[in-house]
Amino acid sequence: MTTETQVIDEGGHDHEHAHSPHLQHHFDTLDQQFNAGKLGMWLFLATEILLFGGLFVAYAIYRNLHPEIFEYGHHFLDPKLGGINTAVLILSSFTMAAAVRFAQEGKQGMLKLCLVLTLCGACGFLGIKYIEYSHKMVHGIFPGKYYNPDEHILEEELLGAHGHGAVAEHGRDHASSSGEETHGEGAHEESTQSAEASAQAAPAEGEFVIEKSQIVEAPEGPEGMVGIVHEKPELPKRPEKAHVFFGIYYLMTGLHGIHVLIGMCAIGWVFFRSTRGEFGPDYFTPVDLVGLYWHLVDLIWIYLFPLLYLIH
Amino acid sequence: MATTTDTLPGRPYGEVEGNYLTHERGLLSWLTTVDHKRIGVMYLACISGAFLLGGIFAMVIRWELFSPGPTVPGLNADRYNQIFTLHGAIMTFLVIIPGIPAALGNFVLPMMLGAKDVAFPRLNLASWYLWVTGAIFAVTSLVMSAADTGWTFYTPYSTTTQTAVIPMTIGAFILGFSSIFTGLNFIVTIHKMRPDGLTWFKLPLFLWGIYATAIIQIIATPVLGITLLLLIAERVLGVGIFDPTYGGDPVLFQHFFWFYSHPAVYIMILPAMGIISEMIPVFSRKHIFGYTAIAYSSIAIAMFSFIVWGHHMFAAMSPLANMVFSAVTFSVSIPSAVKVFNWTATMYKGSIRLATPMLYALSFLFLFTIGGLTGLYLATLGTDIHLHDTYFVVAHFHYVMVGSTMIAFIGGLHYWWPKIFGKMYSEKWGNVGCIVTFLGFNITFLPQFVLGMRGMPRRYYDYIPEFEALHRLSSIGAFIMGIGLFVTLFCLVYSLFKGKPAPDNPWGSASMEWQATSPPHYHNFTKPPKVGDPYDYTDLVWDPKSEGYYRKAEGQGAA
Repeated sequence: MTTETQVIDEGGHDHEHAHSPHLQHHFDTLDQQFNAGKLGMWLFLATEILLFGGLFVAYAIYRNLHPEIFEYGHHFLDPKLGGINTAVLILSSFTMAAAVRFAQEGKQGMLKLCLVLTLCGACGFLGIKYIEYSHKMVHGIFPGKYYNPDEHILEEELLGAHGHGAVAEHGRDHASSSGEETHGEGAHEESTQSAEASAQAAPAEGEFVIEKSQIVEAPEGPEGMVGIVHEKPELPKRPEKAHVFFGIYYLMTGLHGIHVLIGMCAIGWVFFRSTRGEFGPDYFTPVDLVGLYWHLVDLIWIYLFPLLYLIH
Repeated sequence: MATTTDTLPGRPYGEVEGNYLTHERGLLSWLTTVDHKRIGVMYLACISGAFLLGGIFAMVIRWELFSPGPTVPGLNADRYNQIFTLHGAIMTFLVIIPGIPAALGNFVLPMMLGAKDVAFPRLNLASWYLWVTGAIFAVTSLVMSAADTGWTFYTPYSTTTQTAVIPMTIGAFILGFSSIFTGLNFIVTIHKMRPDGLTWFKLPLFLWGIYATAIIQIIATPVLGITLLLLIAERVLGVGIFDPTYGGDPVLFQHFFWFYSHPAVYIMILPAMGIISEMIPVFSRKHIFGYTAIAYSSIAIAMFSFIVWGHHMFAAMSPLANMVFSAVTFSVSIPSAVKVFNWTATMYKGSIRLATPMLYALSFLFLFTIGGLTGLYLATLGTDIHLHDTYFVVAHFHYVMVGSTMIAFIGGLHYWWPKIFGKMYSEKWGNVGCIVTFLGFNITFLPQFVLGMRGMPRRYYDYIPEFEALHRLSSIGAFIMGIGLFVTLFCLVYSLFKGKPAPDNPWGSASMEWQATSPPHYHNFTKPPKVGDPYDYTDLVWDPKSEGYYRKAEGQGAA
């Protein structure tokens, strides 16, 4: 039994078992082994959903208790980058599904290609995620008690992303959402990127600005605020608990990111085994199970994306 | 294995060739094993160690409470908080939750199915390593500055205290995954590894208990995982989900925590009930009464367990929610009572043999009934206001967790001991250990019901002089119980060295694990086991020569 452990851990030598080299000693048939593996994987996926379930419940409760922090906070998430990431992840799920199919058909070359493409998708996802994170952190948008953003940067973010009219009038910069530049405190450079920003602002969000402006009319008077606020009183005010939104944002996307990393390790392991030509019509369980896991990671993102990026 | 001695009823004396204990030797062969039997034994050893550690903390608590004011030298109130936290956390996460499923279940479950191993042997070993890792984290907390939050880690105290909450939390998180993987393994094993002819309703009831437990482990434990992760995030980052300083809601933590931890109570009790369902018919020489009722009641308890968590927070919810949770809590008593009545009916007109496992089973019946019925006082909204957070609660859950789960665990350990190690323990000392433990337990915890009724709050370092007599009685009981447990330990360990070799079937049980040799071959069975009714004892005949039973239908075949 010890030898078998080593064999499997190292990815399987040509170890001669009674029938198939992949049949473990305690199963009667490969079929039974496959079914057991599959049931086990589904149960594991159920536990994963429940693990995320706690976060979704926390999200639901705080969205219900403090809707304003979600309205406020989502301005800082870039739906364009999020959308690209969604597409990347869905594509990688497709290549993963194709990999399972090619494993079943024994097409080794295509199997390896699809696994590599899936890995590329995962890397791309994490790369974009890195851009999003660093973009926020450079502006002081950290989770929880470390949340200490620079006021002016925030306001520019909002103007860039949502003040369609405001941008047209004042030519406000939206560079911060493109993630290319870092703003020093109080820096308000004029930019030509406003076109991009206004393209991004959906017509529906124009209404939002009006609605929001009604709420923040009160602080119109002198509040010791800098000129930009004075000029644009319809800016939404930062709610008291804004940091909770970013806490939830970082926890949900962070835990999901960890799962992407785990998935990449699993895909890498399957790829390594596939380079040895271990998979074929008789035996493709690991590809299948890792595929299931990868689809779950994808699925969780499909829920995270609208819940965090596309809210109003 | 088909030696000539194998065919005689009197075969079992002496070493069994190729048994799992000796076919490989050396520490490394144990640490790298994927054999469910060895993993079960490793769990047993580690859990016993943790039980001893938790027990020492319990003794320190009872010593401190022996008199009002500071009693134990060097133990101030803060340290007392750490001691009871460690007692609770170790006993809950390291001992009771993994105890029966991981130690006994691992050993017995595949054999009861007639299988060679669990479905995922390597995952099984990984679970054990996760347990060890979790235990190391828990002990790290002990060495650093032990957590003092109580095992429930309630916020906001747990996010603000200066003690080492994070190592303990990480430990509990890792132990949760150990538990999840064990449950997952068991569910798949029961679904996919049954031989032909072994239908669901021919499974021994222990497996129904383990199966119901595994469902809870899989559904509830991930929620604990995320709760503890959020707690760590709250402490490190102050994300503002649980900690009111950052805008969080501490009651939300309680909801999350009890959504796991109330079902966890049934993770503890369901396998214990399974063990009782095995032992009572064997030692009554009578078919189990109401098999399907007991089987379904296990599943019913598992289902109910998920909708009663609110009864831990009656003070923090709306009156309507309180009433619903109270009513559902009451309904849990129905499937529990179904079991108790069926066990009692099994014994009725049976030929009861008061062997040590049976004594434990009877103790269980007595203690579980008290533990269960006092739970109804706490489920009642009116009385709970008075009893909430008093020693009544402490006594109630100790009756269920120790009086029921640990007693069943130790009983089951005696029951399967001959199979696990191939040695018979001393029946006399086994009995003594059981009786002393039983008496000590009652002397410890019956006074605590009274203390609680009179208003003694739980978790207090000190108390008013009026409570001294009852506290003293309780402490004396705890020391008696400690002596009883040491007698039991000594009795069992002694048997490993001096015990008589065990026959294959010393108790005359009909379930499949007893068709293997004692101790079993490392592939479990040397010939395919016969599937039959696990509670039909009519064919089993006593053989005085081997002091074991063999099956008459097989003539002089292997016992």
